[in-house]
Amino acid sequence: MGRVNLLVNGKSYEIDVAPETPLLWVLRDTLGLTGTKFGCGMGLCGACTVHLNGNAVRSCQTPVRSVGAKKITTIEGLSSDRSHPVQRAWIAEQVPQCGYCQSGQIMQAASFLSKTPHPTREQIDEAMSGNICRCATYQRIRRAIQRAADAKA
Amino acid sequence: MSAPTQLTRRDLLRTSAQASAALVLGFYLPLRAVAQSVPLNPARVFAPNAWLRISADNEITILVEKPELGQGSRTYTPMMIAEELEIDCSQIRVEQAPTIPALYPGLRTGGSGGVLNTYDPMRRVGAQAREMLIAAAALQWNAQRHDCRAENGTVLHVPTNRRVRYGDLVEAASKLPLINPDTLTLKSPKDFKVIGQSILRTDVPSKVDGSAIFGPDLRVPGMLFAVIARCPHFGGKLMSYDPAAARAIPGVRAIFPVPPLPRHYNTAGGVAIVADSTWAAIQAQKALVLHWNQAPAFESTESLRKEVERQAEGPPTFICVDRGDALQALSASPKQIGASYESPFQAHATMEPMNTTVYVRNGQIEVWSPTQFADEVQDEIAKLSGLPPDKVIVHMTLSGGSFGRRYQWDYAAEAWQVAKEMKVPVQLMRTREDDMQHDFYRPYNRQRLVGGFDNQGKLVAWSTRVVTTPIAGSNLYTGYSESPETLKDPGTIAALEWYGADVAPYAIPNFRIDYAPAESLVPRSWWRSVSSSYTPFAKECFVDELALAAGRDPLEFRLALLTDSSPDTVRLRRVLQLAAEKADWGKTLPPRHGRCIACRLGGSYNAQVAEISVDDDGAVNVLRMVSAVDCGISINPNGVRAMTEGAINFALTAVLTGEITVKDGAVQQSNFHDYPVLRLNQAPDIEVHLVPSIDDPGGVGELGAMLVAPAVCNAVFAATGIRLRRLPINPDLLKRSA
Repeated sequence: MGRVNLLVNGKSYEIDVAPETPLLWVLRDTLGLTGTKFGCGMGLCGACTVHLNGNAVRSCQTPVRSVGAKKITTIEGLSSDRSHPVQRAWIAEQVPQCGYCQSGQIMQAASFLSKTPHPTREQIDEAMSGNICRCATYQRIRRAIQRAADAKA
Repeated sequence: MSAPTQLTRRDLLRTSAQASAALVLGFYLPLRAVAQSVPLNPARVFAPNAWLRISADNEITILVEKPELGQGSRTYTPMMIAEELEIDCSQIRVEQAPTIPALYPGLRTGGSGGVLNTYDPMRRVGAQAREMLIAAAALQWNAQRHDCRAENGTVLHVPTNRRVRYGDLVEAASKLPLINPDTLTLKSPKDFKVIGQSILRTDVPSKVDGSAIFGPDLRVPGMLFAVIARCPHFGGKLMSYDPAAARAIPGVRAIFPVPPLPRHYNTAGGVAIVADSTWAAIQAQKALVLHWNQAPAFESTESLRKEVERQAEGPPTFICVDRGDALQALSASPKQIGASYESPFQAHATMEPMNTTVYVRNGQIEVWSPTQFADEVQDEIAKLSGLPPDKVIVHMTLSGGSFGRRYQWDYAAEAWQVAKEMKVPVQLMRTREDDMQHDFYRPYNRQRLVGGFDNQGKLVAWSTRVVTTPIAGSNLYTGYSESPETLKDPGTIAALEWYGADVAPYAIPNFRIDYAPAESLVPRSWWRSVSSSYTPFAKECFVDELALAAGRDPLEFRLALLTDSSPDTVRLRRVLQLAAEKADWGKTLPPRHGRCIACRLGGSYNAQVAEISVDDDGAVNVLRMVSAVDCGISINPNGVRAMTEGAINFALTAVLTGEITVKDGAVQQSNFHDYPVLRLNQAPDIEVHLVPSIDDPGGVGELGAMLVAPAVCNAVFAATGIRLRRLPINPDLLKRSA
């Protein structure tokens, strides 16, 4: 075990945890931030997606020791009131069914749109194909991303 | 899916007819439920039945008994109640009803039955409250009942335009004798204000901000986290294990063997690891040194394939459907066509792996489970523990997908096995690998079909042999040999093994389905649309083969078989024609592009047209799916569209990539790299066209999944002239010849 300092959603934490522990489990089991989900443990499904300095990463593949001073943003910190354009678009398009993968989808989409504010369908398909939705809300995810992009434009 | 419990009018009456107004959960509470209820002040809360509470602060709470798996139960249930209660859905708070089966007879969902089983009773729930509130207002005003009406959460006295909020009627309404909901006349669908509107789902806000609570999100003070190492070989047993390396992992608290539970519970046992965090438990699971003896039979997909082929040719154990004389008509036919279709095991692969949290203490067990069958979880853990069911408190969490998987209670039983050793709350989680290798799979199946034309070229005879590794009687590691009774019941065999294979209402005078089982050690169960996930593949592709043999267009050939004026035929024709029209039927496509159709009926009617292209290397791209749906009245049309889109995509996995195979009695796939599921870049454009209707609702949760395989494979034939009869599609068969 060892001391690790983390900055999560603007809040500092000092925790005692094995440094190779994936960030996912620190968020969920140590910090109680359960909005970030476990799906595969291999970086194959994207359910665990969070931001490090605004970049989407798979937290199940991110040892906590590698995070350093980078700012971690989870779904709980994307906005305080579901006002992020991606969250608004997700509600408007009624994307979620079971909802389990949607934190990861939203975090992936938010990071993608911050770098690609006017995406083509091909760009959306490429950026979002690492995130599995087994309810398969894919058509609505495409529409919601387009809607969020249009709202920002 | 197995027949869902019908919430009958009698049930509703039973739970509401005996007054006990001081209880939150309805008037009539059987003794065992009283302990779990919270007393309510009737001056502050009006609770005429178990599903509805109106507070003096005008807060309206609806307790939804159906689990929320993503299908929208927490939205369509309030809509039905709101319709008769004359309130706006935005005024409603939704809670999950507690697991008290005596009070809530529908604490489960399956078989696409959520809406159709509650459409009548939930409207009566609202109507009963409305009538009592009106009666209370009339009494207060000393007015005539017929001068009063309910409107937007108030009662209005029409002659004087006086108006009172429901909240202000709580005390008066609570004192009134109950109105029998069964005597009330429900609104005519033409007067609906809420039902039929696409409203925003009540659960969506919590699913975009991370606050929705699924099974693994439960946090109970003092809880520990656990996983179980299970034998990879079905039927194998733990011989010995060495926990030393696992015990050395920081945070590991306990390692102990978990015995297999009796057959009925479908759990194989293993070695449990309990730790401070899920991660520590998973690390210890990897570090455990385990010795299993392997399965008594080394089943493989190869051996199973031979067995289903043998059973497809041998004598049947059942004749399931027999109209006319199909065998005689076939032998007399001058032109016979035959074909066999095969589909493999499929995993559910829900995004949330199976898990349950259990706390065993002081003669009581508390369970938090993402289940679609809460009363069964309660009952089974009560049986296992020896406690009465009312001492087993089951909380249904949201479920991260189900598709039939959460009708099993194995993962809840296992969690109880671990938690009872620990005396603290324990969350038992499955890794993706655990989940994929210890699923209850969609049965392996093969169908052999023969069709015969008469001298005039008319299709006059059809027979289908269905062979499955049966769900009926399927139990872990014993095949079906210990449960022959379930294989003798024609109704069970119909519901679980061949439903969807009947060609009706196609007018084919001589028709027969027979059935033979194939033994397997692999556990099987319901998988979104059960047998209808594979029977229409064979039936509707074979219709296409017959159309080709008859030299007819596939759509025209189907319509020519749908000639009578029965409601089934009329409704099926309508969706066929609608789907074809919307999908530009007949319009020319580029080379190696194809379009084709499939249709079916059940509680709802559906036709789908697939438009595909085939790359030179044989890869199939599904470009567009057009679905015409007649499901009777749609409670929330946008919800019906969402279910249909999702079901189409879900089924595409089984068409394009999904296949569970077995070697040495073990599943060979373990995660999404070797059980690839559909991803966004493979998702077609989908159009869902709903037939406007005021008929009673049918189900839609499974509907969209049933026709994807035949529509796509028929379209591949249209593009390439190659007939695909085994799934998933093998691109090697479709490579462009040099």
